Amino acid sequence: MNAPDVGKIVRAPKTPRLDHVLITEMVEAGSRVLDVGCGDGELLQLLTERKGVDGRGVELQRDKVNACVARGLSVIQGDADRDLDNYPDQAFDYAILSLTIQATRQPKTVLENLLRIGRRAIVSFPNFGHWHVRTKLLFTGRMPVNDNLPDAWYLTPNAHLCTIRDFADLCALVNADVEQAVAFNAYGARLPIRWSLSMQNLFGEKAVFLLHGPKPEATTSLT
Amino acid sequence: MTAAPPDLIAPVTRRYSEVHSPSSPVARFDASAPLRLACQQDLAPFSIAYETYGELNAAKSNAILICHALTADQYVASPHPITGKPGWWDNMVGPGKPIDTDRFYVICSNVLGGCMGSTGPASIDPKTNAPYGLNFPLITLGDMVEAQARLIDYLGIDQLFAVIGGSMGGMQVLEWASRFKDRVFAAVPIATAAWHSSQNIAFHEVGRQAVMADPEWKGGNYHAAGTVPRNGLAVARMAAHITYLSEEALHRKFGRNLQDRSEKTFSFSADFQVESYLRHQGSTFVDRFDANSYLYITRALDYFDLRENAGGVLANAFRGTKTRFCVVSFTSDWLYPTRESREIVQALNAVAANVSFVEIESDKGHDAFLLEEPTFFATISGFLNAAAVKRGLAAPKEVS
Repeated sequence: MNAPDVGKIVRAPKTPRLDHVLITEMVEAGSRVLDVGCGDGELLQLLTERKGVDGRGVELQRDKVNACVARGLSVIQGDADRDLDNYPDQAFDYAILSLTIQATRQPKTVLENLLRIGRRAIVSFPNFGHWHVRTKLLFTGRMPVNDNLPDAWYLTPNAHLCTIRDFADLCALVNADVEQAVAFNAYGARLPIRWSLSMQNLFGEKAVFLLHGPKPEATTSLT
Repeated sequence: MTAAPPDLIAPVTRRYSEVHSPSSPVARFDASAPLRLACQQDLAPFSIAYETYGELNAAKSNAILICHALTADQYVASPHPITGKPGWWDNMVGPGKPIDTDRFYVICSNVLGGCMGSTGPASIDPKTNAPYGLNFPLITLGDMVEAQARLIDYLGIDQLFAVIGGSMGGMQVLEWASRFKDRVFAAVPIATAAWHSSQNIAFHEVGRQAVMADPEWKGGNYHAAGTVPRNGLAVARMAAHITYLSEEALHRKFGRNLQDRSEKTFSFSADFQVESYLRHQGSTFVDRFDANSYLYITRALDYFDLRENAGGVLANAFRGTKTRFCVVSFTSDWLYPTRESREIVQALNAVAANVSFVEIESDKGHDAFLLEEPTFFATISGFLNAAAVKRGLAAPKEVS
């Protein structure tokens, strides 16, 4: 018999994805985390190693789920659009969606579910308001293809691309409070916090939002 | 009554000797500690035959219980005493294998109602000094698990590191995790379901009717009559065996190929390879399995519905669990399809349990869980390694 990866503990890569680093900085040590769309488990591994979290993952692609479980992560094969309904309220400290929301069928429902399942939600996404995207569309009249959006329009899994402004609007629509919003440019540098949303929206290639939903305690105390 | 020819008697004699004095160790529980069954009868005395592999550590924290499927037994990784074939999960269990007997103490017991040394319908009823036959009480998967728990007590083990099983074994895993939440650190239900579907009950009924229609069954008293319902049990096995495979696997293995002949014979002899294969499966099964055991165990499966004792809501069966779960299904398994595993996963998510769920791509049908599937093996060893680290057990040697 030869089972691949038997006994191997796979470590997170030495230079993790920048949005993963930012997310890891936002997460409190030892918390319970659900990573929706966890891919091959890179972020979960990073969170486990750096923050000692109790992490779970959901991933659509079967081979990625297998890779996660084979490396010892608690991951289920499932769908952000379909399988989040089963989780109870506030079951996790953080519900994370990294570079996945744009590929879901119902981003609003998914976000509402994240805010319900987690005491906090962290969402990262590619910013379609980035100047490069805007100029590409303006001057070539074609959908942009770059490192951040690597697939042609007819191949991309992305169904609901949005800008930082659009996402901020969605947060307001679902009554989510934005605790922190970080954008970074194509070189991986964090944009200055004091920049306006318009500037972040123009120069940020990706963004990470730390959110929490409307607090049920607050409404109780008012009555 | 005509005497059966000697080549039929020999395996039957061997089989009966395994019922009464099995080749494996046996835990005997006397009349002072009867087993209260779901049907409200007390069973006493009763015996549970079991095999162990590897060594129990000083803290008794490295024990894995493997639960077997409908027609398997305790010989998970050692040769079968009747057929001489290797253990039924020999590729999975052993030194350096995914269920590594160098690191874990592996226990596998014959289920209650079985015929390989645990008390079942072929055992002697102390009231009559004759085999129970149909006087054996109807048992459930819960009863099987309660009997196993007695064995685990007897072995002096408080908490099992893992309970693992496929098919009916997976249902026992779910019963364990539901009934004994503190005694199961990790649970691996494979190719299974939380209740038996209508289609599965239907297939079982076909099998049981085939056994009972065999005149040699003698109303269940074939032991006393000196007969064996060979034909009925073989047909039951043939029908069931089809459900363990997939259309694709059958087609690849046999196609429409003829068996040892170049032309169709225009008769009912086994012209096709697939017929010959099924007949062989049927007849070898009869040599090692008791017909009444087959009736009782299929009935226990039909009765299985984990929701029943949970107010109709599966999630309630797992409420409060701290067990780490790894649910596995196979794409081509139509006996316990992925959908049914997903129901288990959804129930576990609803109680925020620690659960992994993997669907393995395979065209080999339900029996894929018994075969060498590298991604399946990687899943099991990866899950067990991570759980072992959490349990404070030694990491595998490869890890620095």
